[in-house]
Amino acid sequence: MRIELQKRAGGSSVFAVLSPFVALLLTVLAGGIMFALLGKNPVFALYTYFVEPLADPWSREQILVKATPLVLIAIGLAVCFRSGNWNIGAEGQYLIGGMFGAAIPVLFNEWQSPLVLPLMLLMGMAGGALYAFIPAILKARFGTNEILTSLMLVYVAQQFVDWLVRGPWRDPKGFGFPGSKQFNESAVLPSLSSGSDVHLGALFAVVAAIAIWFVLTRTLKGFEIAVLGQSPRAGRFAGFSAKRLTIFVFLLSGALAGLAGISEVSGSVEKLDDKLSLGYGFAAIIVAFLGRLNPLGILAAGLVLALTYIGGEAAQISLGVSDRAARVFQGLLLFFVLACDTLIHYRIRLVSRLPKAGAA
Amino acid sequence: MKKTIFALAASAAALMTTGAMADGHAKTKACFIYIGPTGDFGWTYQHDQGRKSIEAAFGDKVETAYLENVPESAEAQRSIEKFARSGCNIIFTTSFNYMDPTNKAAGKHPDVKFEHATGYKREHPNISTYSSKFYQGRYIQGQIAAKMSKTGVAGYIASFPIPEVVRGINSFVLGAQSVNPDFKLKVVWVSTWFDPPKEADAAKALIDQGVDIITQHTDSTGPMQVAAERGIKAFGQASDMIKFGPKTQLTSIIDEWGPYYVSRVKAVMDGTWKQQDVWHGMADGNVVMAPYTNMPDEVAEAAKKTAAAIKDGSFEPFTGPITKQDGSVWLKEGEKAEVGTLLGMNFYVKGVDDKLPQ
Repeated sequence: MRIELQKRAGGSSVFAVLSPFVALLLTVLAGGIMFALLGKNPVFALYTYFVEPLADPWSREQILVKATPLVLIAIGLAVCFRSGNWNIGAEGQYLIGGMFGAAIPVLFNEWQSPLVLPLMLLMGMAGGALYAFIPAILKARFGTNEILTSLMLVYVAQQFVDWLVRGPWRDPKGFGFPGSKQFNESAVLPSLSSGSDVHLGALFAVVAAIAIWFVLTRTLKGFEIAVLGQSPRAGRFAGFSAKRLTIFVFLLSGALAGLAGISEVSGSVEKLDDKLSLGYGFAAIIVAFLGRLNPLGILAAGLVLALTYIGGEAAQISLGVSDRAARVFQGLLLFFVLACDTLIHYRIRLVSRLPKAGAA
Repeated sequence: MKKTIFALAASAAALMTTGAMADGHAKTKACFIYIGPTGDFGWTYQHDQGRKSIEAAFGDKVETAYLENVPESAEAQRSIEKFARSGCNIIFTTSFNYMDPTNKAAGKHPDVKFEHATGYKREHPNISTYSSKFYQGRYIQGQIAAKMSKTGVAGYIASFPIPEVVRGINSFVLGAQSVNPDFKLKVVWVSTWFDPPKEADAAKALIDQGVDIITQHTDSTGPMQVAAERGIKAFGQASDMIKFGPKTQLTSIIDEWGPYYVSRVKAVMDGTWKQQDVWHGMADGNVVMAPYTNMPDEVAEAAKKTAAAIKDGSFEPFTGPITKQDGSVWLKEGEKAEVGTLLGMNFYVKGVDDKLPQ
């Protein structure tokens, strides 16, 4: 007996909806096995990981805070991926966006005005977009592989921001610790409600999701993205320019990643430091696929991934498992999401014997 | 499938209720925030040993928890907050830059006791600070280094120019100069508490510059292992690192947090916990020297003598005459340093071959 993958005629619409859920279920099961191997009660472990954080209002807030950058970045990535442009460098665009926006409160620390915040947000988006423009123009002009260039620019961005916060932008009164001065109040993104940790960035994420969903499903641009993504040749016949689109989607996703960066800097950290990036740019790739590259799906997927961060902390406290467990979950999730997508285009058949010649 | 889901839900619900019962105040819960992994075999490892001694001392009456690798950033705020909300009665935050987040959390949670290691801010009545006089051990190490070094230059891998680190460097140099007045110290700042490859690279760079003794104020065993490879001597840090350099380690400053942690948890249990700022040293058993190894007997004997003098209070490393790096006199003959100056130390003494980062 053997297992055979058989190509479906069209994609399965059932599995297109179902596959993220199947992936989640498999992740949870695999996680349970992992906890059992670590000698922990798997049911209790999964409960602390995935349910406990949802039970407490403060934890729910923390999930929203974590989900904010993930969703913003993932929406931009979804547009890129749908159009067949593989932007893997959102992490760098996020960092440069945060850095550009932070430039205002860092360089003009005393400046207090209602103009500061909007200017910071615009700078953040511009920074992210500019940084994404590099791999975009390289691809459009010279046909370079955008996966490589965008990824490698992440490391450049990391080193550059690291240098800034240890060197020229370091707080002179900070005992040499890497990080800028604390921002003044007019450079801090306000909370959604007083006393809450959830900042305005969460609202940006929701608005961006709805706006991009509208663009993708209801406009000519959305059609162009879909056509060029699925069949570049057909797109060319329709008069769409793949090169122009490459530039467009990179600028858009860079701007969203930059907005995520500056929202995090200004809303959560309130200064620029060397720990701005906790891998959100890469985790957002998982979010984009888990959300089936649909902005509304991504809203939900962002919350799921945020839960793995917050749940990881809860599990560390109650079970004493390493903080790396959260990373394992994220890895498992991406693996199963991609694997389950196979079910959309293939059906699994158990074949008892080799088919006879000519029978197929 | 349905059955399984039901069983899962039922057992989760059961766990939820028992969990709630355990959260009652029958047990005292002590929680720890760590900068590195518990397996760093240095600073964090030693704090975790302290946590374990709480468990050993109180058994069923106490519950402990920890979060490791917590960056000194917005993440720390959330982690401390999380602890304060999950029933911890006392929270130990064990790195300098947790200072502001710890104070912020203390303001929000007046019923929880906070203990911040190596800091100086106590903005609310429910936060204490504690540290140890590691510099006393550094002085002894300086003396040993001067006796063991052939080149007359030691290398120091430093983390951040906070007073505690500067104090350690100065004390080491003073100890070395008490043996060899021309002794020099080279310093490399790595801007991290825990980064084994970076610490190891710093050790290699120092050795290439001609130092033949390595000492460190970072948390990993990386430098010790490099020193072992290169066949020179080194001092362990925070914990006994002899396993990582059986032929290399001269001695190590061992941070003994256990007795302090046990006494503070006891104070919470008895309802006698009060804000304080403690700075214990060798006399209190908080700073302990690992066995003196890989050195001639007379060097070990001299080290033991200095240690005994520091312990009984007849000797204090920061006693004049001491000249600052810029040549000005800091302490006159016989004059002892004021505690305030030591706690805020932001200058080098003569003999440090480095410019203090500002």
